[in-house]
Amino acid sequence: MTNNILIGMAAISAIWLVRNLWVILLGLPDEAAQGAIYRIIFFHVPSWFTCFTLFLVSGVTSAYAIAKRNYKGDSLAVAATEVGLVFTTIGLVTGMIWARIIWGIWWTWDARLTWAFITFLIYAGYLLMRRMIEEPSERLRVTGVLSVFAFASVVITYKAIDWWRTQHPGPVLSIRTGGGNMDPAMERMLYVNFIPLLMLAAVLVVIRFRQEERQREVDGLRRIAYTH
Amino acid sequence: MLRQAWAVFQKDIRMEFRGKEALNAAVAFALVVLILFSFAIDPTSEELREMSGGLLWILFAFSGVLLLNRSFSREQANDTLDVLMSLRVRPSALLLGKAWANLIFILLVEAICLPVFGVLYNIDITGQPGWLLLTLLLATWAIAVVGTVFAAMTVNLRLRELMLPVIVYPMIIPALAGAIRLTNLALTGAPPAGDDWIWVRLLIGFDIIFTALALGLIDFILVD
Repeated sequence: MTNNILIGMAAISAIWLVRNLWVILLGLPDEAAQGAIYRIIFFHVPSWFTCFTLFLVSGVTSAYAIAKRNYKGDSLAVAATEVGLVFTTIGLVTGMIWARIIWGIWWTWDARLTWAFITFLIYAGYLLMRRMIEEPSERLRVTGVLSVFAFASVVITYKAIDWWRTQHPGPVLSIRTGGGNMDPAMERMLYVNFIPLLMLAAVLVVIRFRQEERQREVDGLRRIAYTH
Repeated sequence: MLRQAWAVFQKDIRMEFRGKEALNAAVAFALVVLILFSFAIDPTSEELREMSGGLLWILFAFSGVLLLNRSFSREQANDTLDVLMSLRVRPSALLLGKAWANLIFILLVEAICLPVFGVLYNIDITGQPGWLLLTLLLATWAIAVVGTVFAAMTVNLRLRELMLPVIVYPMIIPALAGAIRLTNLALTGAPPAGDDWIWVRLLIGFDIIFTALALGLIDFILVD
């Protein structure tokens, strides 16, 4: 049952993404100032939205896990963080490709880029920590707290373009500026691409979550076997 | 709770000043790195003044982690952390006391390194003493409080000396960035103006948010 739902969601998001690609590449005109390369925004921004959503899920489930000693929450947190890290990488790489074309450089140390990179490092550290702690209940507590801490850097990354004058473009979406900075058709496309990406992420998180749960079960059985 | 924290603080200070192991190591390390800087950059150049904040805070962060690593591992030799927990010392009091002690230790290292840095690299450190002191206090507290929580988290790891810096440095970058900017300003003798105020606000905000987070979450890390 759940399997069918997962396969269905994956299929829908795949078809939807292909359809979006067609609209992005052929349906929408080139942007006036940037030309064709602006299209990367339809993957860049939704990837970051997906990544922020996943890290939010990770933070909330971690907080729940440490408060209630709930191992399911812990598994969900690590699943969300792993998939979130993939989307962080996509966001960083798409941003770098765009920067190479528009700015002529791959990277610059402005506040937005720096904090995006810091976020990446912190969550990578989170996954590193998990591998080092053998004892499940200690792992839940320690990495759970780390995940809640780590979310601060996500907030800073999100707000960096408001707080500092960055080389990274400032807010353009109407949810942040009240509108008028981006063509409505283009902005709509951005959200339309966000939904299938989020669906894809959800599918991956659920698959990873199940793996993690099974892993925990196997570890538990192994411990019982050793004690006998 | 404050009374318990004060007791833990006194205990840590007394323990460290009897042996001075970590302090001596941290100061020696900091001085070696200070000498290394002279090879990395031209020690007579004028630009040195503008980048001295960065050099200093890298130095403080590095030697700070040496001290932070000792903060909880000090308790391991005789399993005294378990004793403290079974004495019903509240985890938040324990954290606060240890963070105060670490604040004092790192400030001591800074108090030794700053004049030495000023003399060796011919930089006047008294241009803006008030701002410099404020920056030192705010940023060192940031390192101390975040570092102490993470030291509690990593104390049982096999690779804790390695893992602590890996997770602490990214987390304290906001505070370090602000401290570097403000220290540069203070050493060039200018008070913060215009855009620089964001860094003062950032430091204060960082301290408040992370102290609250640390005190709230430590209960989940230190359990008996």
